[in-house]
Amino acid sequence: MNPHPAISPDLLRLDPRAETERITAWIRETVFHNLRRKGAVIGVSGGIDSSVVAFLCARALGNDRIQILFTPEADSSPDSLRLGRIVVSALKADSAVEDISAILKGAGCYERRDASIRLVVPEYGSGYKCKIVLPGLLDASRYAIFSIVVQSPDGQTKKVRLTPEAYLGIVAATNFKQRARKMMEYYYADLLQYAVAGTPNLLEYDQGFFVKNGDGAADFKPIAHLYKSQVYQLAAYLGVPDEIQRRPPTTDTYSLEQSQEEFYFALPYEKMDLCLYGKDHGISAAALAHAGGMTEDLVERAYQMIESKRKVAKYLHAHSLIIE
Amino acid sequence: MLQTIRKFVIDNYLFGEEGKLGDEDSFMETGIIDSTGILELVRFLESTYGIKVADEELIPDNLDSVHKIVAFINAKQSATTQAGGGTSLQSAGRQLK
Repeated sequence: MNPHPAISPDLLRLDPRAETERITAWIRETVFHNLRRKGAVIGVSGGIDSSVVAFLCARALGNDRIQILFTPEADSSPDSLRLGRIVVSALKADSAVEDISAILKGAGCYERRDASIRLVVPEYGSGYKCKIVLPGLLDASRYAIFSIVVQSPDGQTKKVRLTPEAYLGIVAATNFKQRARKMMEYYYADLLQYAVAGTPNLLEYDQGFFVKNGDGAADFKPIAHLYKSQVYQLAAYLGVPDEIQRRPPTTDTYSLEQSQEEFYFALPYEKMDLCLYGKDHGISAAALAHAGGMTEDLVERAYQMIESKRKVAKYLHAHSLIIE
Repeated sequence: MLQTIRKFVIDNYLFGEEGKLGDEDSFMETGIIDSTGILELVRFLESTYGIKVADEELIPDNLDSVHKIVAFINAKQSATTQAGGGTSLQSAGRQLK
């Protein structure tokens, strides 16, 4: 018997209609009155978060006052653009495709990334694919140390632990992608006198799963207060196409498919949501473990990881500091 | 060895402010070292002491304080000497407690 009946996955259930009304009223007030802009630019990736933001902005501002933007690059999954177009079709909104591969090539993104990979995988080159991964929290109480997984052109894969130089070099180079995307979003924002919508959910926002001055930059962030599982509830209510609702969360940053738990959260989002809620509401690891189908040890480790990522996120959230 | 490791931690993560670090202090609890810092620490230990740290040895029992690192390195070097090199010690810190 559950000794903590109030603690269950249902505790993150919201009233999607009331929440949609609250968010759309806030978007209207924020964009039209607070920011005094004529509409919103939304970079849509074909994932659940950006699709929900597009639906919310269309409902709040009108589908004639949103500009959807696709920014594919050489490593993007073709699915991202295909699914994004389904969103545009459903909303009957304006959209543009801006392939940022040339910008990234000009900045040396791919070249610098590959040079960093070759520090630990000397044979890495043309035709190879890669992703960086963390050990899962389910595995053991190991530190969250990144490894790189590479796939050779003949399909052989291998996993190698990263050195600090290789890790920082790969991250610094791939961060060009999020920053180039944001640069393009602000081009349209300036052109149309629109505001740029950010698309992080609470997990991403709280835990620093974003690139500073990249996808972390926006004029307003209408779902940054919602747990990922609540974003899915809104998606169902708003009528976001089923295929997008069923798509597993992905980073779409590396050429090999990479889940968000491989790269950042180390746990599936449903469990991360519960752990974040539990930590912020003073629920003991034992009580949350019992209700959430996890071990107490796993919840303890998740609580530690949340705290640790928050420390890193403090820098990511910080604005330019000045002497007062 | 203790002073060398302590100096590395103070120079790299505490910006030279020595008074803030006790040899038993947990890096995780005090927030001194993040995951990138662990990568740097491992690279330093491998290059300074001629050891190879295996993935399964990347655990707080081995690396979460100056004292734990010293115990881990001593155990690694001792195991390597006895085995003629290349031995992986899964949890040296735990064995030494």
